[in-house]
Amino acid sequence: MHELGIVFYIIRDVKEAAEANHVDHVSGVVMNIGEVSTVVPEYLTDCWRWAADKEELLKGCELKVCTIPAVSFCEDCRQEYETVRYGRTCPHCHGENTYLLRGNEVEIKEIEVPDCPL
Amino acid sequence: MEPIKIIEIKKSIFADNNIDADELRDELKKKGVYLLNLMSSPGSGKTTTLIRTINLLKDKIRIAVMEADIDSDVDAVKIKEATGIPSIQLHTGGMCHLDAEMTRQGLDSVPMEDLDLVILENVGNLVCPAEFDTGSCRNAMILSVPEGDDKPLKYPLMFSVCDVVVINKIDVLPYFDFDIDKCREYVRMRNPKAQVIPICAKTGEGVDVFADWILREVENWKK
Repeated sequence: MHELGIVFYIIRDVKEAAEANHVDHVSGVVMNIGEVSTVVPEYLTDCWRWAADKEELLKGCELKVCTIPAVSFCEDCRQEYETVRYGRTCPHCHGENTYLLRGNEVEIKEIEVPDCPL
Repeated sequence: MEPIKIIEIKKSIFADNNIDADELRDELKKKGVYLLNLMSSPGSGKTTTLIRTINLLKDKIRIAVMEADIDSDVDAVKIKEATGIPSIQLHTGGMCHLDAEMTRQGLDSVPMEDLDLVILENVGNLVCPAEFDTGSCRNAMILSVPEGDDKPLKYPLMFSVCDVVVINKIDVLPYFDFDIDKCREYVRMRNPKAQVIPICAKTGEGVDVFADWILREVENWKK
């Protein structure tokens, strides 16, 4: 739903990283996207294509998505379980005192730049 | 294939916004201006609730409203006509939420030194606005009876970031399968600290409770 806004944030952060590393073209951006981050990877890559090609630094740059599986923790039985499959109820003890350990990431993992030695 | 060099970044895309939001809050604290971020679905009665609330508060504190919409200025015009207080329209340019930077730009166009309270009416949406810290002192949301009592279960993040949940349109409770006790319980499951205030913006019932909550918040913020 808010993928375009997120793409603008990514572009801003990639520009900053490119400047800090004295890079004038970025060929790939790798994102860590959590399974329950509410970001839809297909929408993200579609928005990315449209917005990135408007930037000299990012023309043709590919956005790659690494999906981070969502894992929850149950405070009652101190065990972990798959969030997407079981939701907020622990499958081991049926407790409700659970919280998300990981899976809501929206982060830039790394950027790829052409390595041309001068 | 041309050789590729990898530069590791490992940075959340929300990190910069969170920093901007904290800076904005610090500045608001110094200036003694309280910023309330009001969120809801489209059609929950945000603007009507605001008009009622502002009319109860405007003789006690100095208020301005920032209306955020994807387009149009109908809400800003309505608020100004009905309350007489300064009201500006922010356009998000197609985006489904406001972030701290957009909020700051909005605040730059209101006379901050002459204000106690700024209410930010966020874009009508229960998903995206919850993800982005606007820099507000508190978050409030309005849930209306026709939307259903299960919304805290369906939009957990929204309910977990709100300090107060206003349940609007309680005059139509007899016509809907909306269980207000169940709704309170669902809100509590997502956020034990959230206060629930049932109101009817149309008749004014309960709006004084919401107005008093805001007044206390503003007074505490200025201490």
